[in-house]
Amino acid sequence: MLDPCHYIIEKYPDIDQSSALAGMQQLTLRNDLAHEVLGELFHNPELGYDMLTDLFGVDRGLTESHRFEVVYLLTSLRYNRRLSVRLTLKEGETPATVSDIWQAANWLEREAYDMFGLVFSDHPDLRRILLEDDFTGHPLRKDYPTEGYDFDRPFIVKLEEDHPAEQVTK
Amino acid sequence: MTDTRLMTINMGPQHPATHGVLRLVLELDGEVVVKATPHLGYLHRGVEKLSESLTYNQSLTMTDRLDYTNALSNNLAYCLAVERLMDLDIPKRAQYLRVLFAELQRIAAHLLWIATHALDLGAMTLLFYAFRDREKIMDIIEEVSGARLTPSFIRVGGLASEMPPAFYKKVRDFIEDCPGRIEEYETLLTKNIIWCMRTKGISPISAASAVNYGVTGPVLRASGVNYDVRKAFPYSSYNEFDFEIPLGTKGDVYDRYLVRLEEMRQSLRIVKQALEGLPEGPIKCDSPLVSPPDKKDVGQDIAALIRHFKISSEGFTPPPGEAYASVESPKGELGFYLISDGTNKPYRMRIRPPSFINLAALPEMIEGQMVADVVAAIGSIDIVLGEIDR
Repeated sequence: MLDPCHYIIEKYPDIDQSSALAGMQQLTLRNDLAHEVLGELFHNPELGYDMLTDLFGVDRGLTESHRFEVVYLLTSLRYNRRLSVRLTLKEGETPATVSDIWQAANWLEREAYDMFGLVFSDHPDLRRILLEDDFTGHPLRKDYPTEGYDFDRPFIVKLEEDHPAEQVTK
Repeated sequence: MTDTRLMTINMGPQHPATHGVLRLVLELDGEVVVKATPHLGYLHRGVEKLSESLTYNQSLTMTDRLDYTNALSNNLAYCLAVERLMDLDIPKRAQYLRVLFAELQRIAAHLLWIATHALDLGAMTLLFYAFRDREKIMDIIEEVSGARLTPSFIRVGGLASEMPPAFYKKVRDFIEDCPGRIEEYETLLTKNIIWCMRTKGISPISAASAVNYGVTGPVLRASGVNYDVRKAFPYSSYNEFDFEIPLGTKGDVYDRYLVRLEEMRQSLRIVKQALEGLPEGPIKCDSPLVSPPDKKDVGQDIAALIRHFKISSEGFTPPPGEAYASVESPKGELGFYLISDGTNKPYRMRIRPPSFINLAALPEMIEGQMVADVVAAIGSIDIVLGEIDR
């Protein structure tokens, strides 16, 4: 039985393993390594993460350089342990699907797409799952309004670049 | 070569056997299902988004409404996540009572399941028997919390209140009564030839496939995989109780029925142990951040009044951080992943819904089966749309 963090860090030295999660190990990955590392966690029998317990998106806010995160909660039934893998994404980056590794990811990635607009590349069937097909916006994003007179008419908040400072002062 | 034409039929969302508002689009070749596409979201209320603008205590009441057959387990999962975030120690008495309630709720949820599942397959008698017994658990829950379906009784830091005197006798009576009742159900179903024909060998899923789909709960255990959160990652003192995890072998509808039936017996064992070994002591943790003061003090002590006011208006502020906690709900592993930014509202609350993930395996189970067995398959997964759609 290998220590998953130790093993992965040795193989991919630039992965961050500081954990913000209480009582669970966590690896923080960049997008380019994600599919490879997750595949390794599944396929290596010494690691044996055979079950994807959960997959969901997080919006860290408009000001962050890596705005979105995808969190994978993995469970190893063989060794009875859990691991959390956090994938950090810049806006516009497309994470690779893991539904070719765990079938469970199919619907969970659809939900992350629905709620956060994260487009998973090579996903077999990337449609909205909880909201209707003609819904506009992605409601779990932090810039999706929940109050105000027109909160039920979603809009995309303009970023700083769209309003240069001199225009605003005029 | 003859040309095959597939017929597409729509099942639901208003269909009594879909247990809520599940819509299935079935492509049929004669009577055989070739492709099944579930459509969800008819009950979507945006609980995860809503919780971002509610305090931690306010979000608790929404958890009742996720899986409405199983409110107390939902409360428990949420409270465990918040308590892990705040690093709180819960008194033993509260932990035992939480276990007791979670197991009573499991029996109630399984009774509701067996009633509706049998009704779907044409055995109506059981509905009346099972609802009669479920009502006794609802009575107990109403006795302690004042509500039948939405108790919100398990609170962050412990329980809402001490048990009323009539509680112990009611639970004891129920434990006496229930094993005989479960035997009655067995005589109605287990060897019933119609029941066996409708369930044996229907919509099986292999152990490897179930694990890959992330399926948990009785559906996974019916396929022979020994995974139960209560044993694998014990919470709330479950490691101090003696119980077994029933396993199936074939992973078909019949095995799921047997597993759930045995689970009810094991739950009764746990309830009995919890009641007999119930320690004395407080039912709330002593942290002034989350536990409101005694009602008596509020009327006499200004500091207690302020504390009471602060907790019920502003709420409490966990330190920045993340926590995941899960429980074995009657449907499977129910988890809450909370991200705190140090304010009194969660930055992000993620619910890991067991029904949602189990339902994803439904097409795998029913493709190649007869259309009449789709009803049996849906019933056997035991989905609740309130939790799937959130």
